[in-house]
Amino acid sequence: MLSAQDMQEAAAHGRSVKAIYVYEAPVRLWHWVNALAITILAITGYFIGSPLPSMPGEASQHFAMGYIRFAHFAAGYVLLVGFLGRIYWAFVGNQHARQLFKLPIFNPRWWREVLFELRWYLFLEPDPKKYVGHNPLAQLSMFFMVTLTMVFMICTGFALYGEGAQDGSWAHTVFTSWVIPLFGQSQDVHTWHHLGMWVMVLFVMLHVYAAVREDIMSRQSMVSTMLSGWRLFKDDKP
Amino acid sequence: MTETFYEVMRRQGITRRSFIKFCSLTAASLGLGPSYVGRIANAMETKPRTPVIWLHGLECTCCSESFIRSAHPLAKDVVLSMLSLDYDDTLMAAAGHQAEAIIAEIKAKYKGNYILAVEGNPPLNEDGMFCIHGGRPFVEVLKETAADAKAVIAWGACASWGCVQAAKPNPTRATPIDKVISGKPIVKVPGCPPIAEVMTAVVTYMLTFDRIPELDRQGRPKMFYGQRIHDKCYRRPHFDAGQFVEAWDDEAARKGYCLYKMGCKGPTTYNACSTTRWNDGVSFPIQSGHGCIGCSEDGFWDKGSFYDRLTGINQFGIEANADKVGATAAGVVGAAVAAHAAVSALKRGRLEQSDGDNK
Ligand code: HEM
Ligand code: HEM
Ligand code: SF4
Repeated sequence: MLSAQDMQEAAAHGRSVKAIYVYEAPVRLWHWVNALAITILAITGYFIGSPLPSMPGEASQHFAMGYIRFAHFAAGYVLLVGFLGRIYWAFVGNQHARQLFKLPIFNPRWWREVLFELRWYLFLEPDPKKYVGHNPLAQLSMFFMVTLTMVFMICTGFALYGEGAQDGSWAHTVFTSWVIPLFGQSQDVHTWHHLGMWVMVLFVMLHVYAAVREDIMSRQSMVSTMLSGWRLFKDDKP
Repeated sequence: MTETFYEVMRRQGITRRSFIKFCSLTAASLGLGPSYVGRIANAMETKPRTPVIWLHGLECTCCSESFIRSAHPLAKDVVLSMLSLDYDDTLMAAAGHQAEAIIAEIKAKYKGNYILAVEGNPPLNEDGMFCIHGGRPFVEVLKETAADAKAVIAWGACASWGCVQAAKPNPTRATPIDKVISGKPIVKVPGCPPIAEVMTAVVTYMLTFDRIPELDRQGRPKMFYGQRIHDKCYRRPHFDAGQFVEAWDDEAARKGYCLYKMGCKGPTTYNACSTTRWNDGVSFPIQSGHGCIGCSEDGFWDKGSFYDRLTGINQFGIEANADKVGATAAGVVGAAVAAHAAVSALKRGRLEQSDGDNK
């Protein structure tokens, strides 16, 4: 099997390339596990902030808040472990595995392409371009709304978690001990953590829409690429 | 030679039996093992007492009110006899120049060896003229007295964080004392007011062990501020079960369900109320049916209503919270996505049509 690099070289020499292997298995696995974890975190997080109506009866008959919080914390751990694994893969994986963490901000061509993509989404460009990895605009939004927001959510989330686990727990030592003093007090951390959820929700709305739209409108495959790893191009034009 | 604590106590008519009882209760409340009882007793018998100067800045005296209600057996007598002999402008007998002379005397005689306890805080605007102490701005007296102290105790939310006089827009620029005192260990004992037993225990700890208790990153003694109200709240089973009071007069309120939805700040407040309780352990706010308002937390006046679960955010000039801000943004983005999808579909339709025409 040819690597993506070989494929690009082949493409550069004018040979027609129809499919390129872009997203390796760990990246795809992470994407879907992560998407599931974030969905669970957002739903349970919302209900931590605004709990469901009470049920009557003895307290020992119910554990509604307990289960919701447990699901949140379990998904939080999945998110953390997955993210660490994803960082590891950025080092050992192919170049596309690094796109989430490294913006080529000193590359003027990349910025031009960000603008081009903006114009494409604003219907100002008649035809889309082809990209092997993420398109530059997607990369930019992923960096800010996923990579940075996830770091933020992990830091604030585990800081709140460490409050319950208390002094001496790893989460308290690693996160709570500096995050709470940084914000001033726990209530502010709750508020920012909550706002972070909405940043993720906005990203997912835009992201899923863009993925489906590009699948239909652009000259390359999208959703199936995140499933199989192979990027298919719909035409031979450069 | 100066008297020891024990001598002072005996002079106050306290029996040796009561004295030992006091030592063991102090050990227990400080979370120390039985072996410490002897050490506390020994320290109090042999150490010359450390004078405490208690200054008042911008405050409401609720800390003093709380303090003198300490129900910790004998603590009232003990600690008052230790303090009243020195300086506390609301409690001592002396007044006027006579009183101010005491500060000077202690400063000279016990240089670097007395404890400064501060209730309230200094306002800094207008050169500190919003709080005058003995004819001078309080901030000057505070700095001067702190200069020769061994350690400083910041009583209450005022001295620790600023409290109500520092709430937005803080017209007098009331400032917590750790922002104006430098180079001295400062123990923050926040709360509005702090719990009496916590106050006496902190003083007793410092006097007997000759050092300050272990502090957390925000300068509060870990032994009393290491846990949240929520961690030891007796209504916690109802929280875990998801049983909440939804209105002040509902059935759930009568049954004593969790007050989370009524804006209880127990989950974000570090204090000992749910363990120590108030007024000789009779009750504490949640036990009386009202949520915690978070009075020992930094800036608790500026975090929206005491009765909202989600913190109010007023940066946008309107009443909002995280969910309102987020849902509005999601609504805007959702509408944009829908419009965008519609235009995209149109464009695609037209392209296909022209493709078809070309064939
Ligand atoms: C919580 C939900 C989701 C999150 C947080 C999320 C996040 C991400 C991230 C971070 C990437 C970059 C992957 C990398 O470089 O490692 C990505 C790519 C991708 N995601 Fe998602 N995703 C979510 C849901 C979805 C869903 C539901 C779909 C399908 C409709 C989808 C389709 C895609 C596709 C097609 C790509 C590849 C885009 C490209 O090739 O440029 N995602 N997503
Ligand atoms: C995308 C990621 C996440 C989202 C969308 C999210 C969402 C939320 C929301 C909306 C809340 C309610 C905040 C409030 O109003 O009090 C919350 C609370 C919380 N979250 Fe997260 N969260 C995320 C990640 C995490 C992670 C990684 C952890 C770590 C274990 C975590 C731990 C917590 C804790 C401990 C609370 C407070 C629970 C309580 O007070 O009972 N969160 N989360
Ligand atoms: S009443 Fe307040 S402190 Fe007690 S369990 Fe409910 S939220 Fe926590």
